[in-house]
Amino acid sequence: MSNPLVGVLAIQGDFAEHRHAIEQAGARSAEIRHLRDLEKIDALIIPGGESTTINKFDDNFGGQVFATLNDCAKNGMPIYGTCMGSIVLATHIEGREQRSTGLMDITVRRNAYGPQKKSFETYLDIKELGAEPFLAIFIRAPQIVSVGSGVTVMATVNDTIAMARQKNILVTTFHPEITSDMRVHEYFLSMIKKPEAPATATPALALSK
Amino acid sequence: MATKQAEKKQDGAQVGTERVKKALPQMLKGGVIMDVVNAEQAKIAEESGACAVMALERVPADIRADGGVARMSDPELVSKIIESVSIPVMAKARIGHFVEAQILESLGVDCIDESEVLTPADEEFHIDKHKFTIPFVCGARNLGEALRRIGEGAAMMRTKGEAGTGDVVEAVRHARAILGAIKKLQVMPDEELMTYARDLGAPYELVKKVKEEGKLPVVNFAAGGIATPADAALLMQLGVDGVFVGSGIFKSGNPLKRAQAIVKATTYFNDPEVLADVSRNLGEPMVGRTAQSLSPEETLAVRGW
Repeated sequence: MSNPLVGVLAIQGDFAEHRHAIEQAGARSAEIRHLRDLEKIDALIIPGGESTTINKFDDNFGGQVFATLNDCAKNGMPIYGTCMGSIVLATHIEGREQRSTGLMDITVRRNAYGPQKKSFETYLDIKELGAEPFLAIFIRAPQIVSVGSGVTVMATVNDTIAMARQKNILVTTFHPEITSDMRVHEYFLSMIKKPEAPATATPALALSK
Repeated sequence: MATKQAEKKQDGAQVGTERVKKALPQMLKGGVIMDVVNAEQAKIAEESGACAVMALERVPADIRADGGVARMSDPELVSKIIESVSIPVMAKARIGHFVEAQILESLGVDCIDESEVLTPADEEFHIDKHKFTIPFVCGARNLGEALRRIGEGAAMMRTKGEAGTGDVVEAVRHARAILGAIKKLQVMPDEELMTYARDLGAPYELVKKVKEEGKLPVVNFAAGGIATPADAALLMQLGVDGVFVGSGIFKSGNPLKRAQAIVKATTYFNDPEVLADVSRNLGEPMVGRTAQSLSPEETLAVRGW
């Protein structure tokens, strides 16, 4: 697909940074604030922000947003969640009653590293993005504590999962959109062109810290 | 002590870098940060969709009414608020009071507001914010003041407005002053920048950077007098990244409903139909006081420079 249109959920969070990043990577972008906005797009990004505010979006449209996202995902639309976005996509949120779309077979722990003074940046090795390490910024980040059998782990930090993919769903617990390195967004765009399942899937693993 | 910048962890990860500090406010964009004085209010704020809460002892309207010296909140109260919500918690320190800031950082707040709403501890010097691991937000009335604070290490700016009045006029004045000066700067010839920096009283390198990027190098919210959904949308349309609401919510007749309405208005700031809908039947707004009626000693925005 040439010049795809990528929607960025624009309820709250750093959606402008994601729009900039995905445009730098070669796509067009659009802000998603209404249920109807989801109809015209080829892929969707759920940005960083506060996951409790995103649930308001679902409330605003009578709980149909998560249902629509489920339909989009089943039809193969690539969806990428960063940080808070990974919480919105997870099947399980540890220790908390919170709604999510449940589109990805992962368990996440919110604010897993603690308050902002524990937020950090580090370089990650991400094989799929090439040899150059990737500057990853973690802001009050969640951890992916376990993944199901259909999920490919793409990057880890301190033995916890920081990036993973399950077919057309991609998550990072860090924020590539606030750096000038566009490789994660380019990788996500490549998922639009090749919507097939990833070639290899690692068996289920449960990590604890 | 945890106030050393960019502490190196054993595994190569770094905390407290400029990038990490500036990134937290980026995640708050498009959101509403609400003043709360206890855990119960913090939960209401979170439930309404606030992207963060600001812990303080008294809301600005009460500080005005009560008079006296306004200081950092009791650490016990701040800790209870941190325990009660999952969203980021900010807290206010007095201008120049770096020890209050050290205490707040040790408590685990996510961001410190060096705020003119509290009684200043230093009339000449602000806190050296580079020394801290967590980000600071500071108020400004114009571009020069904003760039001085950023020069000292602020990772987020907000308009000062006139807190505790429910009168949005000063927030509008300050937002227009900052955003207007940025527009003016963009068409200014390079040879004029040094003189402009001198006139603003701002660091030259930051003036140059603002010209190149066409925006402040940090996130810029509106604050001070926002009381209605329409007020929030007004500031968003003027071009700020989000809003703080202080006395406007918990001094109104129906805090939860008003808080939800302001959150929605901040997302749908460009959609008059949504704004009309959320503005219906909100109950009594906070009792306002016009900023113009304040005597010079009652004006908070002139604190700091």
